[in-house]
Amino acid sequence: MTRQKRSHHRLKRAVAPYLYLSPSLLIIGLLMLLPMVTVIGYSFQNSAVLRRDPSFAGLKHYQAIFADPVFWASLWHTLYFTCMSVVFHMTIGMVFALMLNSDRINPTLRNILRVLYILPWLFTAVIIAVIWRLLLEPNGVVSSVLMQMGIIGSKVEWFSSPATALHAVTFANIWAGYPLFMVSLLAGLQGIPKDFYEAADIDGAKAYQKLIFITIPQLMPIIISISLLDFIWTMQVFPLIWITTGGGPIYSTEVLSTYTYKLAFSSYNLSQASASAVVILLISLGLTLFYIRYQKAR
Amino acid sequence: MRKRHTPKDRLITVALHVALAAGLFFAAFPIYWMLSSSFKSNTEIFALPPTVLPKAFTLEAYAAILGDPVKLRFFFNSYFVAGAVTVLTVLIALLAAYGFSRFNFRGKGSLNTLIISTQTIPPITLLIPFFGLVVSYGIFDTYVALILTYLVFTLPYAILLMTGYLNTLPRDLDEAVAVDGGTSWTALWRVIVPISLPGIVATSVYTFLLCWNEFLFALTLTKSTSMRTVPIGIQLLMGQHAFEWNQMMAMSVLGSLPLLFIYLVAQRFFLAGMTAGSVK
Repeated sequence: MTRQKRSHHRLKRAVAPYLYLSPSLLIIGLLMLLPMVTVIGYSFQNSAVLRRDPSFAGLKHYQAIFADPVFWASLWHTLYFTCMSVVFHMTIGMVFALMLNSDRINPTLRNILRVLYILPWLFTAVIIAVIWRLLLEPNGVVSSVLMQMGIIGSKVEWFSSPATALHAVTFANIWAGYPLFMVSLLAGLQGIPKDFYEAADIDGAKAYQKLIFITIPQLMPIIISISLLDFIWTMQVFPLIWITTGGGPIYSTEVLSTYTYKLAFSSYNLSQASASAVVILLISLGLTLFYIRYQKAR
Repeated sequence: MRKRHTPKDRLITVALHVALAAGLFFAAFPIYWMLSSSFKSNTEIFALPPTVLPKAFTLEAYAAILGDPVKLRFFFNSYFVAGAVTVLTVLIALLAAYGFSRFNFRGKGSLNTLIISTQTIPPITLLIPFFGLVVSYGIFDTYVALILTYLVFTLPYAILLMTGYLNTLPRDLDEAVAVDGGTSWTALWRVIVPISLPGIVATSVYTFLLCWNEFLFALTLTKSTSMRTVPIGIQLLMGQHAFEWNQMMAMSVLGSLPLLFIYLVAQRFFLAGMTAGSVK
C-alpha cells in the first residue's frame, strides 16, 4: 500500500463512525433534545403553542403550579404510588426468585412456574387497567369473595371512593411490575458462586444467615440499579391511572403525569402544563444522574 | 449434602409448595379471569356467586370484535405502526451500534451516556412539544406522526441492545475483510449482519412490544377512529358500550396475542429485550 492510500484509508476510519451514528444522532437531536429545549421555552411563554407570537411570561407558570394545591397533592400521590410500588416489586420479586431458585422444587415445576410468574409482564398497561377494573368492580369477583369471607361488610367501590382509590391503583401497579425484579434477581442468584454457600454450610450457618450474609449482599448491585430504574419509570406511569380512575375521584389519585396531561389537553393551558412537564423532567434527570453515576462506579 | 428426611425438612418443603401455589394464584388469577370472562355472556360476568368456569361458553364477544371493521382497523393500525417502526429502528440502530462497537472516536463515551440517559426522559415531557410540532407540520392524526414519535423512544434501547450484541462478536471477523481491502461498510453487510440475527431478532421483538403497548402518544396525536391503535380502541370500548365487559376482555385477549406469541416462541429473545434497559 502506498503512503497516500494508507492515509486515505485512515481518514475513512476516522470519519466512518460519525457517518454510522449520524441517522441516530439526527433523530435523537431533532426529536428528543430539541423538543426538550422547546418545552422549557413554552414554560416561559403565555399561550404557548396556541398563539403564533406568544409573549414572555417569566416564572408566572411555575408560580401558578407551586401555588396549586392539586400539584402538591399530585406530587405526594406520585411519591406514595412510586415508593410503594418499588418496595413491593422488590419484595415480591425477591420472594418469587428465591422460591424458584430453591433446590426443593422439581425442575419441570420450576420451569412452568417461572413462565407463569412472568405473566403480568406480558400485558399492556391498558389491558392491566381494564382487568383490574373488572376484578374490582363493586359487583365484581373481589368484592363478592371478600364479602363471602366476611372481610368486608358491603360492596366497596375500590376505584371510585377517595379512601381506597389510591391504594387500589397502587396495588394494580404492584401486580403489574414485579416480574422485572424477579427475572433480574433470578439471573443474579444463578450467578452467585456455589462455594460461598458450601463454605457457609461448613461453618454451620443457618438458612437465614446465608440469606443475609451471602445472598442479599451479592444481589445488592442488581437491587439498587433495578430499584432506581423502576422508580424513574413508575413515576412516569400514565395509562394505568388514566384508565382505572382518571386521577379521580376528587383528585385522590391525581399523579404528576395525569395532572400535566389534564392541564395540557383538558384545560388547554399548554404553558402551565409545560412548566409542570419541566418539573417532572428535572426530577427524572436528577434520578438519572444518580443512576448513571452508580452504574459507572460499579 | 443436606439431610432430606427429617420431619422439619419435609415441613419446609411442603410450606414452600403452598407458598408457590399462593404465588401462582396471585400472578395468574387476574389473567385467568380476563380469559374466562371473554367467553362469558355479559350477564354471566356479574353473576352471584361468580362462575369460575363460563357456565354458558360463548364466542359472541369475539364474534362482535372480529366482525366489526372499526375494531379490525385498530388491529391493523397497531400492527402497521409497530411493524414500520421496528424495521426503521433496527436499521438505524444497527448502523449506530456498529459505529459504537467497532470504532474508537472522540466523544464516544459522552454519546453513550447521552443514549443511556434518554431512556429515562419522561414521555409526558415530550408530549407537549411533540403535539406542537405535529400540529405545525400538519401531520396530526397520521401514521407519520406516530411512527416518528415511536422511533425516538425505541431507538435508544435498540442501540444499546444491538451494541451489546455486536460487542460479543469477535473483531477478527470484520478485520479480515479490512485486510482484504474491503471497507467497513462491506464488512457490516457481508460479515456482521448475517451472524447478528439473534441480536436483530431480540431488538425487533423489544421494539415491536414498546410500540404495541404505547398509549399516551397514540391518545394525543391521533383523533379519528380510523387512526386509533388497539390500546386506544380498548379505552374507547369502555366509553361507548356502557361496559360490554365480555367484549372488552375479548379485545384485551386479542390485543395480548402478539406478546404471548412472541414470549412463547422466543422466550430467550423476549427476556433479552425486556431486561436490556436495566443490564447495561
